[in-house]
Amino acid sequence: MSDQTIPVSGSLQAAYPQRGTMLEWLHGWIVTVDHKKLGILYITYALFFLLVGGVEAMLIRIQLMAPHNHVISPEMYDELFTMHGTTMVFLVGMPILFGFANYLVPIMIGARDMAFPRLNAFSFWLTAFGGLLLYYSFLGGFGLYGMGNAPDVGWFAYAPLTGKVFSPGHNVDYWALALIVSGFGTVGTAINIIATTVSLRCKGMTFFRMPLFVWILLVVSALTLVTITPLTAAQVMLLLDRYLGAHFFDAQAGGSPMLWIHFFWIFGHPEVYVLVLPAFAIANEVIPVFSRKAIFGYPAMVAASVGIGFTSLAVWAHHMFTVGMSSAGNSFFVISTMVVGIFTGIKVFNWLATMWGGSITFSTPMLFCTGFLFQFLIAGLTGIMLAVAPWDWQLHNSYFLIAHFHYALVGAIIMCIFAGFYYWFPKATGRMMSETLGKWHFWVFVIGFHMTFDTMHFVGLLGMPRSIYTYEPNRGWDTLNLIISIGAFVQAVGVLIFVWNLVHSYVRGKLAGPDPWDAWTLEWATPSPPPSYNFVVEPEVRSRRPLWDIKHPNDPDWKYEQ
Amino acid sequence: MQHPLSPSRIRSGLSLALCFCAFAWRAFAEGPDSIPNTFAPASTPTHEIFDLSLFALTVTGAIFVSVAALLTFVCIRYHNSRSNPTNEPPQVYGSLQVELAWTVIPILIVVVLFLTTARIIFAIQDEPEPANALNVTVIGHQFWWEFRYPSYGIVTANELHIPVSTPQQPEPTFLRLISADVDHSFWVPQLAGKTDLIPNHPNELWMDPHEPGLYLGQCAQFCGVEHAKMLIRVYADTPADFAAWIKDQQQPASNDPAVAVGRRIFETQACMVCHTIKGTRALGTVGPDLTHLMSRATLAAGAALNTPANLRAWVENPATFKPGCLMPAMHLSNQQVDALVAYLSTLR
Repeated sequence: MSDQTIPVSGSLQAAYPQRGTMLEWLHGWIVTVDHKKLGILYITYALFFLLVGGVEAMLIRIQLMAPHNHVISPEMYDELFTMHGTTMVFLVGMPILFGFANYLVPIMIGARDMAFPRLNAFSFWLTAFGGLLLYYSFLGGFGLYGMGNAPDVGWFAYAPLTGKVFSPGHNVDYWALALIVSGFGTVGTAINIIATTVSLRCKGMTFFRMPLFVWILLVVSALTLVTITPLTAAQVMLLLDRYLGAHFFDAQAGGSPMLWIHFFWIFGHPEVYVLVLPAFAIANEVIPVFSRKAIFGYPAMVAASVGIGFTSLAVWAHHMFTVGMSSAGNSFFVISTMVVGIFTGIKVFNWLATMWGGSITFSTPMLFCTGFLFQFLIAGLTGIMLAVAPWDWQLHNSYFLIAHFHYALVGAIIMCIFAGFYYWFPKATGRMMSETLGKWHFWVFVIGFHMTFDTMHFVGLLGMPRSIYTYEPNRGWDTLNLIISIGAFVQAVGVLIFVWNLVHSYVRGKLAGPDPWDAWTLEWATPSPPPSYNFVVEPEVRSRRPLWDIKHPNDPDWKYEQ
Repeated sequence: MQHPLSPSRIRSGLSLALCFCAFAWRAFAEGPDSIPNTFAPASTPTHEIFDLSLFALTVTGAIFVSVAALLTFVCIRYHNSRSNPTNEPPQVYGSLQVELAWTVIPILIVVVLFLTTARIIFAIQDEPEPANALNVTVIGHQFWWEFRYPSYGIVTANELHIPVSTPQQPEPTFLRLISADVDHSFWVPQLAGKTDLIPNHPNELWMDPHEPGLYLGQCAQFCGVEHAKMLIRVYADTPADFAAWIKDQQQPASNDPAVAVGRRIFETQACMVCHTIKGTRALGTVGPDLTHLMSRATLAAGAALNTPANLRAWVENPATFKPGCLMPAMHLSNQQVDALVAYLSTLR
């Protein structure tokens, strides 16, 4: 099965073009408008910053290993946690997921490229320069403090701490400008994905035959358009405050710091779903294939994704239960937040039902998705706890909150991203990733993850707030923080195994063939790696699983799908 | 045959470990008073929050146990150990009935949880202020707390004294929270949930400690370099102790002629620009009021204990305890520092 291309009409058998000189090769990557190459560029870029953000996390954990530690100065610590958060959200989470989208959306809908290939390249390079600008802050523009100018106001950058009075250097400017630049790139990609899914689907690919991955990326892209824009607007207002004497957030001149908090979370909460929905998208592809069953309740999964998209626009103030809203206001955001739990519940049950009665093989991608299911369950339930507003008055801005969102961002999103790597690496490179190293990666990472983030819940319940560079001894936090730090190092070892696996498998990996997982969506009908323009002739599909239909001509899906 | 390290086994192991953690943690949570444990409530609002949190924990715990059990079961039961599957399992595409069930049941759970939550929100947040309540204005500064008692004419810093409130003699404290510079958040876990101090947006918070004692907390909203050293100490005093404390604080600053040199340094150096000592020329309002400095157990918003050695080190160079704090080192001579510390030590 795996040594031959599936004979979907229109798949291209041609050999991959020969590599030229090094310079030609580099030039090819820089001027490329091929969605697959851009996807790989996005992913490589994000992977690099994942390591950088990881190093920042390690430094944070070294500092917090013991009370009254003095490894890093308070100023440096503030820069580290701000850069860690900003990096992981804007330079890792979004680019890596848009990288997967870039690579997979056109090929999954039987298209030859994105709708606007040149815009695609432009968006990537904007995003890339945004990231470089953000990190240039460590070197450039020495400010009043006589040290680097890395942003140091938290990734949430609450006003008026960001005002010229309280942040006289260029820290805030780097933060705002870098994110404005990369934000434009993100919006460009989102428009591109929407246009591609709406207008480039192949023959027979109706909306309700699109793979769930594509559906979710459509929702995510729409959500991106309405979330990134308020952030960009707020950052422009902030820069006006700082340089042109506007007083939007400047409290001393009658401005409103509350306005910033609203703006930030109107961006910030949907942003969480911009990040987590693509993780669901990956799980939606991996779980059925390794359970050998069609996804259970496809229409319900689509509805739940769209539902999450809309609901996520009405929950932002659950980040604001402590700012002093009215009791009616607080109650509204309690109920709207809990509604999200209903939708995600539907998803979790549908995944379970997909596995139910299946024939599950725990290859590395499925292993990561199983870990995801378990950890996402906990992340969701601690989310419900945080939605209980009076309890949130205790938990908010404590390490419990940090534990909760790392459970979502690492325990769910990063786990799914790892699953996505192991699943699609053979498609993108033509070589399998090592299963042995993959299992080592999984177990080491999961053990470190639980040491770190399970423990964080407890230290938060014991009253430890976030964003502090050191803490008092004798508060019951010492041992727990040591465990958290050790866990962080174990996770780092896991990530290094992963990186080694990537490099090793790229060079030495087993040849994959076009369809190593015996999967069902169109990308597996092309050779690995797929040639430029993917398909010679536009493929034609009759169901959600075109390759299933070909492999089971006596029992095709289109007989059963409504 | 199941692999000894199969995901399901690891998962059940982890659940056991979690339970163990919960017990171990419960055991030491009963430990020293210095732990600002959110699960050791000591006032009416925190008791209400605690009861609500137990309810929410029970509901979410039940969901966790059932879904995790289901997941584990599925992983074990439908695990295909054969490396080469021959037949595909029967394909099931969905079922309206089960999908309705797992939509409706969560909706019911959410309704119950929401109604319970809303009741507590209104109970705590809209609690009317009784006539005998103590009013304190809390002003957040980069990186310290100012406490003003308008009805007593007292201004103090970082250590809040409030009366115990018993069912026989209820006397809750209502705090008005404002900020002098950036956002802060007032959080003393055993006495009240946190509430932010936001410029141009006054907030309110109330607490009624049931037992006398010291309750610890700290700023919970990142406010700049020394956010970590913006600690709060709340002393819940018996009525007699509280009355005595009020009486002491209302006295003007002691004026001991033996330390006149130190006082003169205070009044002629930049100290007086930022600090107030009642009854002297020092009327600054940028830093903490020092009229009764020696009545406080700590210096620099809890960054150091208020001992003579620490006080000297602090005056000489504040960065010793709090690098990045807004008080500058005054570059005084050793004799000047000695005289100044001798004077400050008389401010009981």
